[in-house]
Amino acid sequence: MILVVAEHRDGKLNRATLETIAAAQHAGGPVKIAVLGAGVDAVAAEVARADAAEVITVDDAALKDYTADGFVMALEQLIAAEKPERVFLPHTYQARDFAPALAARINRPLVTDCVAVKDGAVKDGGYVRPMFQGKLQADIAIDGPHMATFQIGAYRADAMKAGTAPIRKAAIAIDASKIRQKPEAPFKEAKQAVDLSQAERIVSVGRGIKAQEHLQLAQQLAQAMGAEIAASRPICDAGWLPMDRQIGSSGQTVAPKLYVALGISGAIQHLVGMKGARTIVAINKDPEAPIFEIADYGIAGDLFEVVPAMIAELNK
Amino acid sequence: MKIAVCIKQVVTREWQLRVNDQKTWIRDQDASFELNEPDAYALEEALRLKEKHTGEVVVCCAGPARATQVIREALARGADRAIHVESDALATADANAVAEALAAAIKEESVDLVLTGLQSDDQGFGQVGVVLAEKLGIPHATIIMEVQKTDTGLHVKRELEGGWFQWVGLPMPALLTIQSGINQLRYATLKGIMGAKKKEIKKVVPAVAPPAQRVASIYFPEKGKKTQMLSGSPAEAAKELVKRLREEARAL
Repeated sequence: MILVVAEHRDGKLNRATLETIAAAQHAGGPVKIAVLGAGVDAVAAEVARADAAEVITVDDAALKDYTADGFVMALEQLIAAEKPERVFLPHTYQARDFAPALAARINRPLVTDCVAVKDGAVKDGGYVRPMFQGKLQADIAIDGPHMATFQIGAYRADAMKAGTAPIRKAAIAIDASKIRQKPEAPFKEAKQAVDLSQAERIVSVGRGIKAQEHLQLAQQLAQAMGAEIAASRPICDAGWLPMDRQIGSSGQTVAPKLYVALGISGAIQHLVGMKGARTIVAINKDPEAPIFEIADYGIAGDLFEVVPAMIAELNK
Repeated sequence: MKIAVCIKQVVTREWQLRVNDQKTWIRDQDASFELNEPDAYALEEALRLKEKHTGEVVVCCAGPARATQVIREALARGADRAIHVESDALATADANAVAEALAAAIKEESVDLVLTGLQSDDQGFGQVGVVLAEKLGIPHATIIMEVQKTDTGLHVKRELEGGWFQWVGLPMPALLTIQSGINQLRYATLKGIMGAKKKEIKKVVPAVAPPAQRVASIYFPEKGKKTQMLSGSPAEAAKELVKRLREEARAL
């Protein structure tokens, strides 16, 4: 049996949960879905529309606001009672916060960030996950009961088989005094100055730009194209562009008509923020860079030679 | 405040990856190595906390002998001393084995705070910090963008997804995984590099558990077939690209 741990916030289901249910259905065998929180009937009813053996809720006031300690305590008990061979979770920031602690607590290996699970035996490499920032992929072999997290988009939510699952409330009590993290209400930073989601065209720079003074070149290209300038996370981390110009899982998600990636290798954290662009251009000196996997047009070459030539061509 | 910072040595980003003959790992015999960048932010945060609140920064690195390179670098940037948990098996070990090896070394130090990077640039488990907290029996918080010390413990800013954040309070000792970009990194000065040579590196030989998860096969992902690669000189490729963007994609 595979136990899928659903994720939600303020009664709103995270769609990555449906993708993870689809992964579990694909892996084969009975699927159960756990919903943790306080007052989770609506979320439980929503996931009960999946083809699953059962939806199990752990409804406790101590789980109202997510904490790693609360979730580890609740799932430790639930897993001891249900004895699933596998536990699947979406590879979200929340799962990354508690799943490794849970795995250590119950002494199970955890395979993170999987992009696929093969049906059948996992002893010979049943999970596929990226390594070396997506430049390589690995088949991971694992014995015995274990846990796995799935990358956002690894399976499609609409591939989830529908059904009607019964809902049951688990008899699990959480000792709130043992929760060491004291969370406060989530908030957004002051309104972002630039809304890149409205840009028709975006020229985005990554590590390949090498130095802050080279940003000028990207800016000239953006001007020639009528595009906004943006960047991958490392560029904003370095302070070369403000954080509100960042595209990716921790920045903005965009779907412009044209996205030009300059010197961006294409780590998944970046790709999730821009893969919805209609036309993607990648210019990178490494022909093996993962960005080329999703690009419509690619030039494997030196951006410091290609970009000036593009600017000249555009300004003709 | 006594702070332990966990760092890892990884192959440099520029190194052209090659897979070994058994297809189980990269051919790293001839690779160049560097400090895992997310860990550099954890180290920087530790140094800043020490400068503000006084104390000691102890660098902990689990890895083979060659990892001395990044330990020296961390000492040169300002860490006070180091513990090298040394074993060849740690170069490819899984998260649980690495955390176990680090936990044994850190337990003896009774630190107030443990900092790690978010994940490593090589295996990218994103687990070692959180598993380490569990093994040390201390609370943790992950993907941290700001650290404040309070009278009773810590007040930290967690990054959530989609531009959301959250403040979380937790008692010390605690473990935090630090988000890249939390601070601006310093680089080692010549004085720091000279001084690092006199700093202590304690070697610890751990018992490394056999990995529960193994790489059965490692390979380059298949290319999407729809990408049109434009070849020729930079000028020719650029000209062709602009033409295609105008006429084929109608994106300009």
